[in-house]
Amino acid sequence: MKMIMDEIRAEYVKELLKEGKRKGDRGFDSYREVSIKNNILKNAEGSCLASIGKSKVLAGVKIDLMEPFSDRPEEGVLMVNSELMPLAYYSYSAGPPTPESIELARVVDRGIRAANVLEMQGLKFGDKVLGVFVDFYVLDNDGNLTDTATLAVMNALSNLSIPEFNAELNAFEREKRNRKMEVKNRVTTSTFCKINGKILLDCDVEEENAGSGSLTIGVADGGFICSTQKSGSASFSKKEVMDCVDIAMKKHEELVRHIKIEG
Amino acid sequence: MNKANKPELIIDGRRTDGRNLEDLRSVKIESGVLDNADGSAMVEWGNNKIIAGVYGPREVFPKHFSDPYKAVVNFRYVMCSFSSLEEHSRGGPNRRSIEISKMGKHVFENLILTEQFPNTAIDIDVEVLQSDGGTRVAAFTAASVALVDAGIPVKGFAGGVSVGKVDGRLAVDLNKIEDNYGESDVPVMFNSSNSEILLLQMDGLLTREEYERSIDLCYEASKKVNALQVDSIKKKME
Repeated sequence: MKMIMDEIRAEYVKELLKEGKRKGDRGFDSYREVSIKNNILKNAEGSCLASIGKSKVLAGVKIDLMEPFSDRPEEGVLMVNSELMPLAYYSYSAGPPTPESIELARVVDRGIRAANVLEMQGLKFGDKVLGVFVDFYVLDNDGNLTDTATLAVMNALSNLSIPEFNAELNAFEREKRNRKMEVKNRVTTSTFCKINGKILLDCDVEEENAGSGSLTIGVADGGFICSTQKSGSASFSKKEVMDCVDIAMKKHEELVRHIKIEG
Repeated sequence: MNKANKPELIIDGRRTDGRNLEDLRSVKIESGVLDNADGSAMVEWGNNKIIAGVYGPREVFPKHFSDPYKAVVNFRYVMCSFSSLEEHSRGGPNRRSIEISKMGKHVFENLILTEQFPNTAIDIDVEVLQSDGGTRVAAFTAASVALVDAGIPVKGFAGGVSVGKVDGRLAVDLNKIEDNYGESDVPVMFNSSNSEILLLQMDGLLTREEYERSIDLCYEASKKVNALQVDSIKKKME
């Protein structure tokens, strides 16, 4: 379902682009304002409210014990899940996860997993292993949820505190949380949209509606590319992809400043 | 996978199945293998066996999903419950296959001349009967042939392959064991007529140079796949 207003606004975006301009006179490869609020929840072992422009994503992490996977008996388990909450956008509705929601969670997960952000090896407690359950909730959708969610999740993981394990009770003592979990690598993503053949970084929802597809490039510390997802019906030339990679690698330096380890 | 048990994957420049780094597995494509579907194709890609069927353009169901400007493309990728070497799996869609189905929908929304068929649906259904790594590119390769077999106008074939990093080196067309223990995976598919990238996903850690080289390797391999796709259609015309 597309509302008539979406189509009118999309036309406006395209008209501006014909003059080589973008809403708010923003450059084609510049981000909107980024803001990060860490540890805003008490019960979650890690939390962050991240926003890019008007998009808001709340990430929370719960730590639990779980059965190890049979092929990885000594390894902790990281799971990333997303919720597109009905309050975040008019076309979101309650119910089982949509393909969009699954894709969003998997793209955010992909970079973090590939870059080994958390060392999961050897996180064994008794006969169980550590489960790190990351859930992020979209509170307001104004485009570029992938980059916003990656920032939220990276911040929540960077400030994760592990509860003390009581071997006698074979359980965590949730009140005692002293141990920080070390983040081994920092990951950011840069998402570009293609609108009438032009490629724009960090699109808001009106620009996304005007576009025909997007390209997300995940970058990890040390100049490595750690994830990619081309989405939507748009096609990209190899040159366009490599140009996006170059911009994403530069933007990584800018975005990692928003991944903060609180004192 | 337990990295501690990782076998050596490249010995004297040869891979576990005897291939060189840039070799494709043997790929066999046959079109028109089903009677009821408007178009169909079977791909045997190494040990992968994948069947694709296409229906349409036909009526959209449910009706309110129809688009007065173009055809709606539905793509369904699923793995059969017996498709993997491991234990019996629950058949039907899971999170991975839902994402791949979404990617397939995007690829064929690009390729099909959807504006010619407003208010209709084109349904593409791909079943993985046997899997051995690289099923998504093999599945989209099959779907692309099935669409042409159905007589649906397209801008080109979608062809491609997955390139990954194995034992620190880039290798074309990863099989299951290489995929499990590999350090990266880059599936890329191209439009055969204009070389535009239709599918691009990636995970792992690659430098810029390795990333660019992966795309180039995929492009070279996609040409070989395209030739086989064309052959499979010609064969049916004979």
